Amino acid sequence: MGDKQRIDRDFTELYRAHLRDVYSYSYYRIGNHHDAEDITEQTFLQAYRHFERAQRESDGRPLRPWLIRIAHNLAANYYRDRARRPQTQLEDAAVVSDPHGTEELAAGRQELKDVLEGVSNLPDDRREALIMRFALGMDNREIARALDRTEGATKVLIHRAIRQLEQGLQESE
Amino acid sequence: MTPVHDVEALLRSALIPVEPSEAMSDRLERGLSELTDAAVEELADWELSAMRDPRNWGRPVAAVLVGGTAAGALVLVRARQQHKRRQSTGLRALERGLRDVAADLRLRRG
Repeated sequence: MGDKQRIDRDFTELYRAHLRDVYSYSYYRIGNHHDAEDITEQTFLQAYRHFERAQRESDGRPLRPWLIRIAHNLAANYYRDRARRPQTQLEDAAVVSDPHGTEELAAGRQELKDVLEGVSNLPDDRREALIMRFALGMDNREIARALDRTEGATKVLIHRAIRQLEQGLQESE
Repeated sequence: MTPVHDVEALLRSALIPVEPSEAMSDRLERGLSELTDAAVEELADWELSAMRDPRNWGRPVAAVLVGGTAAGALVLVRARQQHKRRQSTGLRALERGLRDVAADLRLRRG
């Protein structure tokens, strides 16, 4: 198999494996589907342009953190350009991702709304770490690479984010 | 007091993965395929003209590295796309991407 065919195959695999990850990350960062779609599209276009180099430099490590980092930078630009804060829309997310689970979600809707509101009020780095951990299922090593931190610092970051969220939920009760 | 493990369970329930819409996936795949076409056309035109000029003989190497990837990176995605219904929605983000790549190639031409 030639280099080009291998690159074709690998990029297609990356796209198929992580389209949902990039979209989920963008959605929870931005808070609306329209702009999350824009961020997702831009992420894959940029990834496509730099894929060969990224693959060469990754030394065999998974490329999901690199992909999420592109989305992270684009989302940061989005806020910088428009001076906006995230607006999480729980109902929209539930309908799109789990159209058959709405009854279950309705039971704990207020609780989940409180959690999402708490997440959206966290400092940026803590919020992003929680999105990566819980929405994307990334481990500490992957999150560390995406946020350009050490694994130890990432572990502390996630722990503090959960503690802060927990305190916020207790105060709102 | 809410224990930490409960907060983690709540986070798992609240931050559920979100599936992109079919329309968005179609649009993205079509855009990536169009990006491929644009890069191939730009590269082919440039290669022909550049290779006739000895001053440019060193430059195509860099462009081939960039354009070569662009040339066929989504063949497999396109194959899948051909089986799906095409839609005529706008390509605002992808148009920006195409402009970026065209600019990139122009820069590399010198």
